[in-house]
Amino acid sequence: MSFYTYIEQYHEFDFIKFFSGVTDEAIFRSLAKDTLSSTDFLTLLSPRASEHLEIMAHKAHRLTVQHFGRTIQLFIPLYLSNQCTNQCAYCGFNRNNSIIRNTLSLAQIEEEAVAIAATGMRHVLFLTGESPQHTPISYLTAAAEILKRHFASVSIEIFPLDKADYHLLQQAGVDGMTIFQETYDEQIYRRVHLAGPKMDYRFRLDAPQRGASAGLRAVNIGALLGLSEPRREIFLTGLHGRYLEFTCLDTEVSISLPRFNEAEGNFQPEYRVDNPSFIQFMSALRLFLPRAGITISTRENARFRDRLLYLGATRFSAASSTCVGGYSGSTAQQSQQFEITDNRSVEEVVAAIIANGYQPVFKDWDMIT
Amino acid sequence: MTKDLLHLGNASFSNRLFTGTGKFAANALIPKMLKASGSQMITVAIRRIDSTARSENILNFIPSDVTLLPNTSGARNAEQAVHIARIAREAGCGDFIKIEVITDMKYLMPDNIETLKATEILSREGFTVLPYILPDLPLAKRLESAGAAAVMPLGAPIGSNRGLETQSLIALLIENCTLPVIVDAGIGRPSHAAAAMEMGAAAVLVNTAIATASDPEAMGRAFDLAVRGGRAAFLAELADQSAAARASSPLTGFLYENPSTLVDSPQG
Repeated sequence: MSFYTYIEQYHEFDFIKFFSGVTDEAIFRSLAKDTLSSTDFLTLLSPRASEHLEIMAHKAHRLTVQHFGRTIQLFIPLYLSNQCTNQCAYCGFNRNNSIIRNTLSLAQIEEEAVAIAATGMRHVLFLTGESPQHTPISYLTAAAEILKRHFASVSIEIFPLDKADYHLLQQAGVDGMTIFQETYDEQIYRRVHLAGPKMDYRFRLDAPQRGASAGLRAVNIGALLGLSEPRREIFLTGLHGRYLEFTCLDTEVSISLPRFNEAEGNFQPEYRVDNPSFIQFMSALRLFLPRAGITISTRENARFRDRLLYLGATRFSAASSTCVGGYSGSTAQQSQQFEITDNRSVEEVVAAIIANGYQPVFKDWDMIT
Repeated sequence: MTKDLLHLGNASFSNRLFTGTGKFAANALIPKMLKASGSQMITVAIRRIDSTARSENILNFIPSDVTLLPNTSGARNAEQAVHIARIAREAGCGDFIKIEVITDMKYLMPDNIETLKATEILSREGFTVLPYILPDLPLAKRLESAGAAAVMPLGAPIGSNRGLETQSLIALLIENCTLPVIVDAGIGRPSHAAAAMEMGAAAVLVNTAIATASDPEAMGRAFDLAVRGGRAAFLAELADQSAAARASSPLTGFLYENPSTLVDSPQG
């Protein structure tokens, strides 16, 4: 069983025709439901539904408070390596970009862990490019074991693995994973992933399900908004989330809505998602998946992120550096994977969350081994 | 008049509203809510406790006269629940343990089978075990034999605020179990809490409805009043309903009206 069979059902679907047929009455009907069908979800993603944004936002706020309370889970990303064999048109780590490449040694990972733990962060997400030579599974499990000593929760945002390797990482202390499909549109996927193992669309698509079946307790998915028509991307992201909720009942599903930011290489995305559309997408996701986490990274600026507390966000990254060795200064300054626009320290992010009437949660998980 | 106390393990409670620590906008609201509601038992997820110096330790917000009910939230099976319970005890959280084994992240339904297994183990280890369950009478009887101190059936899914959707199943537990029945999840309004207490629940546990209210302190007070009202009604035996049913006997009254009608026995 694969989510791919669900995507196939929409290969011929005429989204433009559907959207042009959406009426206000249909929008209100969908808004009134407790459990939304995929048609309701798509209705709320329509351009016409953007005229009812305030009502959607209120319901999204209410559902988020009901299921998550006035709390926000914090985590911090840690880049271990920018070595990469892939050629992704939009990414700063693209193998064709002439940037300083580095992979943290295990001793340097320890240094970074100490530097991050000193900020009070307890959940860490470690990231790499895709390079079996520089970051083989043995390196990743060793990294996880080090980080586990410093943090309550260790998650990964790395290349897709097979189930056995996910299980090895789980045994080493990893409890969650983030993997973005980047785009659900298979043709565009092929166009922007020009070389390297990442060209395999299906292997990436099924990765969260493999991770969950290998024992990871949380998966976070998303599409890089800008590569393809964003309403369709959000729709399929939501369906993917619901699919994972159904097939991996014991797994917590979260969704990210990464919007395009400038990276090295000056890639110009075909689509831009403006703030009202972003909030419409986020509200619609919340209504469709009331219990799913919604993760907001430092791609979003401080002012905007603080408003998203009220609109469905449940997880924030904080004090993010997208450089390898960016926290302890253990390596020479290098290129970022993408540009971050919320440059606040952990203290500043925490103070803003409290000032907005929310509780920052540093720890809500312990690995039981 | 003897005091109406709820006995669980070695502790007694005069207040039958149990509360929780999750979902508050700030931990500082917790002691205020406890004071306003009079709640004497509060549950806390062991996975949320952080003793590192940098972040707030939630335990520091719970007054010493309130009993801690650590819970095993995050456990996916009996083994993990048992492990978490032992961690709680070692961390000085006392002998109470609320077993929460959830393998369904969509509706947060408890896994009754794993919960029973964990109860058997932890009761033997001397814990005061309060298992969170789907209301299932045969299971409740087995939990009773396994040494549970109470059963905690859900009224509706956690955080749903939908009230006593499982009312008739909870009624079976109350009627047939010697253990106290504490309604644990789904209570969204003080009226739901009152209804549970009227039915004969020994206590209710309310978290979301209090923690996410605009004013958790005032909502805590409201729930306290509702629980007291419902309990008082239960103790007063809600006499009216049964009295009304006894006032006339449409099906059997004829037996006493005209004895001669009994002479002709039914055909066949």
